[in-house]
Amino acid sequence: MSETTVMINGIPISVPEGTSILHTAQKAGIKIPTLCFHPDQEVKANCRICVVEVEGQKNLMPACATKVNEGMTIKTATPRVLEARRTILELILAHHPQDCLHCVRSGSCELQEIASEYDVRYNRFPQVEADLLLDYSSPSIVRDPNKCILCGRCIEFCTSKQTVNALGLAHRGFDAQVVPSIGQELFESPCVMCGQCIHACPVGAISGREQIDEFMTVAADPEKIVVTQIAPAVRLAIAEAFGADRDQLQMGQLVSALKMLGFDHILNTNFAADLTIMEESQELLERIRNGGVLPMFTSCCPAWVRFAEVFYPDYLNHLSTCKSPQQMFGALVKTYWAEKMSIHPDKIFSVSIMPCTAKKYEAVRPEMTDSDYSDVDMVLTTREIVRLLQMTGINPLKLKETAFDPWMGEYTGSAVLFGASGGVMEAALRTVYEKVTGRVLEELDFTDVRGMDSLKEATIDLDGTIVKVAAAHTLGNARALMDEVAAGTSPYHFIEIMACPGGCIGGGGQPITRSNVQREQRMEAIYVEDRSKTLRKSHDNHEIQMLYTDFLQETLGHRSHELLHTQYSLKRKNP
Amino acid sequence: MHSLNEMRHQFRSAYEESQHHIKVVIGLGTCGIAAGGEKIWEAVSRYIETHGAEVEMMSTGCIGMCYAEPLMEVHMPGQPRFIYGNVKPEAAVAILQKHLAEGKPSPEYIIAQDSRGYEAAANIVKLEETPFYQGQVKNVLGRCGIIDPDQIVQYITFSGYEALEKVLSSLTPFEVIQEISKSGLRGRGGGGFPAGRKWEASYHSPGSKKYVVCNADEGDPGAFMDRSVLEGDPHSLLEGMAICGYAIGADEGYIYVRAEYPLAIKRLKKAIRDAESMGLLGNNILGSGFSFKIQIAAGAGAFVCGEETALMHSIEGKRGMPRVRPPYPAQSGLWGKPTNINNVETYANVPGIIRQGAAWFASMGTENSKGSKVFALTGKINRTGLAEVPIGISLRDIVFKVGGGIQNGKRYKAVQIGGPSGGCIPESLLDTPVDYDSLLQLGAMMGSGGLVVMDEDTCMVDVARYFLHFTQEESCGKCAPCREGTMRMLQILEKICDGKGTPTDLDTLESLCRVVQSTSLCGLGQSAPNPVLATLRYFRSEYEAHIYDKKCPAGVCVELLDIKIDADKCKGCTLCADVCPVGAISGERKKPHVIDADKCIKCQACMVKCKFGAIAKG
Repeated sequence: MSETTVMINGIPISVPEGTSILHTAQKAGIKIPTLCFHPDQEVKANCRICVVEVEGQKNLMPACATKVNEGMTIKTATPRVLEARRTILELILAHHPQDCLHCVRSGSCELQEIASEYDVRYNRFPQVEADLLLDYSSPSIVRDPNKCILCGRCIEFCTSKQTVNALGLAHRGFDAQVVPSIGQELFESPCVMCGQCIHACPVGAISGREQIDEFMTVAADPEKIVVTQIAPAVRLAIAEAFGADRDQLQMGQLVSALKMLGFDHILNTNFAADLTIMEESQELLERIRNGGVLPMFTSCCPAWVRFAEVFYPDYLNHLSTCKSPQQMFGALVKTYWAEKMSIHPDKIFSVSIMPCTAKKYEAVRPEMTDSDYSDVDMVLTTREIVRLLQMTGINPLKLKETAFDPWMGEYTGSAVLFGASGGVMEAALRTVYEKVTGRVLEELDFTDVRGMDSLKEATIDLDGTIVKVAAAHTLGNARALMDEVAAGTSPYHFIEIMACPGGCIGGGGQPITRSNVQREQRMEAIYVEDRSKTLRKSHDNHEIQMLYTDFLQETLGHRSHELLHTQYSLKRKNP
Repeated sequence: MHSLNEMRHQFRSAYEESQHHIKVVIGLGTCGIAAGGEKIWEAVSRYIETHGAEVEMMSTGCIGMCYAEPLMEVHMPGQPRFIYGNVKPEAAVAILQKHLAEGKPSPEYIIAQDSRGYEAAANIVKLEETPFYQGQVKNVLGRCGIIDPDQIVQYITFSGYEALEKVLSSLTPFEVIQEISKSGLRGRGGGGFPAGRKWEASYHSPGSKKYVVCNADEGDPGAFMDRSVLEGDPHSLLEGMAICGYAIGADEGYIYVRAEYPLAIKRLKKAIRDAESMGLLGNNILGSGFSFKIQIAAGAGAFVCGEETALMHSIEGKRGMPRVRPPYPAQSGLWGKPTNINNVETYANVPGIIRQGAAWFASMGTENSKGSKVFALTGKINRTGLAEVPIGISLRDIVFKVGGGIQNGKRYKAVQIGGPSGGCIPESLLDTPVDYDSLLQLGAMMGSGGLVVMDEDTCMVDVARYFLHFTQEESCGKCAPCREGTMRMLQILEKICDGKGTPTDLDTLESLCRVVQSTSLCGLGQSAPNPVLATLRYFRSEYEAHIYDKKCPAGVCVELLDIKIDADKCKGCTLCADVCPVGAISGERKKPHVIDADKCIKCQACMVKCKFGAIAKG
């Protein structure tokens, strides 16, 4: 690509042709403020905060949407530019609540950041607040339309990347609002609760449903035995939130921290991830051997399951009947584990710690009571755990390691992989290969299904049976694969879907994530942890082996069916 | 290729033959209907039926003289056409009766005679000699009010589809574009972008699928030029669009017309059907191999949908919101395909240019603004209506010659040109030639052609407030400066009108104008400050009077009015006290009354009621 040379604030700089003024300025070391701009989205040019002067242009130009051309003279710091930016900021702030002190996004708010940089000390415009009702309808997501600055980033993610279209714009001008596309409340819309709108939102207009207070009440109850499971993508994000390298925080340190927070027993979702591989790989093999419905899709992502239920109800038999690791764990903790520990299941309060907002919804699905109790009583997201740790002043990085509690705490490298897109597939292939061929798999890394590409494919030869697999993340890509299934043209046997970019490491419950670059780094941390494990194949997990010997007897057996599998159904509307 | 010549010849003979019949023509555009045209139609047809009179009836579109609607024209064989205005149903019947019985016109209702082709009647002004018509040229409006818009035959009779036939038989697409470029035609919808250059951009855009879109979303308050063309001569638009389709290589067209124009939609639909059935639209037009279909998309009446990218979103079924350009529609328009978009008047000019040549068109107008422009005259002007004038004519000529000056002998104050996106022009600049560039220099713009005339009783701050109220309501809400800024400008203007303005408000207002103008995403926001900027530029003293003296010089802003009874003139008749809705007036019978200023709501009912002129506002 050819280079274009432009003058920016009097300094010549060369950038590839077609570069935006925004990126050109960045390269020149000049920060231009943005609100509606998102590095992983289309340019919207709504907020106009990034305007600059371009010689020869009557109006100020949005830096995000204007591409440089040869010889362009750009000025980013003139009084005219500053007047425009500050006026726009004042306008937005005068129509935005002033409760920054107790806003969920205080400290991570992009508007707050710019207002502080632009030294907005008073506002020429009188404060007008819309006084709209907050939307608490969803178990996963809270909307505060009063705080919305109409940048459109949530809509764009939901529409373009997820093709869910749960959000849209209503009303006009000063009264314009982001609203659920159908119904009055978000839970009436087709929302799948992936929570990516939370990351897309630059302010506090969309946030996760928090259950910190409820947790503290339960933790204080001496009658309750609080048991937790922790998901593979959580650890590295907590390290991130404490400003450390992602692999610096050890699982054992996190166990110590959680004990301090009031959890009585710390177990591991990774254990259930290994269990999922045992069941799901068996299901796949049986489908292939018995001419069952193919391709089979993974069912561990609750946002994806709901997406399939809402948009592809006729093809739900393509989903694996396996519950997600969270729910397998939930069903076992109040049966198998309670028995092992001689604790009455009545007393167990099962909390899972997840990188995910949709897990909160999954836990309250009516079918998730196979233990005769609510299998999972509460889901806390990574963000909530970080908040609890901050509140209690506990820095897990400074703690000594403690071991997981027994029976459901051991895990292999395969389980860790669940945190990254392609990981379930990779873990399943490790087990399927050894099950079918009876040989030891030497090269464990299936790099074809790794990384941030939207669709990753691999083919493996199981002694003559060629199995074609795919892994996709974000639901727009899932839709494309599902459409192939509907058209009868899908070439695959097994497909993994994760609703969030990069998989669970990019989940809706993770600390606010501003770009996919961050998600790619988290993915890398997952592979590092996998490599660090001595056991890297699910079927090698001793506690899993014990579970089958002592309790389940066989994969896809009677007890498995009772506790670990379920059927999905058409969801036109939420309950 | 088939030729229309023979058909046209036949139609022409039939038309000439019909001139030997007695004919009554009634203006049934929206303006005519609103003024009672349909009642005239009913009364006349009932009369014809009951008396078995051999009279043909015909409806037509708007001839431009909205001030004189309902209009009726009577044509007796061998006589000029007599045009009557402001007729009532009974009068219409009487006029016809007199024609039938005595062969004579009724002078009390007559407006003019159209004596073309006939010997003129004595003592009746000729249409082209009426002050309203003098100075006008009729290109786009040539057939409006003359032909029956529902009759394709009449359109063809009057040279209709001649231009389409010409391009299909003898011009290459690029030659058509060159002709349009040479004519100097500029977009009539607002910005005035050269039409030829726009067409050329779409022509050069690669792709086998292209669209022609007509912007008929006429949304400026006080603008109805396009509606008149749609209602009065719909085929001229269809022909212009088809020629554009041929030139840029499109086979499909959309007319985006606001749903508030039901009659226009009805007539367009019929016109499209008729043109299709005669092979003038649809597949293989006139056997030339060129195919072009036109569909109608009805808009829900959002002003912002006049912005081209918002308009296309609306056609696509999305929320009507503009998007950032580039890419321009010529590269990526409707459904991502190259699209040429012009407004009604622009396309309606095309057949004339092709038929009579670029040079003919370029002979009218000024150096950079060619041809003629239709204006809708409204407000405090004597002759409201539609006037088509050569570009470059002075505003003074439009307002005082064509429009007949200000109503009730009041003083001219300003004219708002270009609607809510335009600006006002004071008396001192009335001799400015009306063309795209001169108007821009004055802080106004040609816009689509709405001219709202204001007299001395108009408060210019209130005018700015009115237009900001409009743009603020019509802002789509997409970009921050327009969404938030127009509201804040309105708030400040309301504050000033309420007498609560402070000197800093003017600074804030001007700062907002600068920012909203230079940072908004689309033309709506970029031009929203124009009415404020123009009134500040030419009538700043009025703002200052509101702010410093707490006075509204025009006596419009209610909060600043002081209503007083002149004790010398008051006879103590008590009428004012009786009519006051809030009991603010007191006084003994036959003694001067007084108004309690704290109670007075300034409704001015007492002023209207007082027979002695004793109550005045100030």
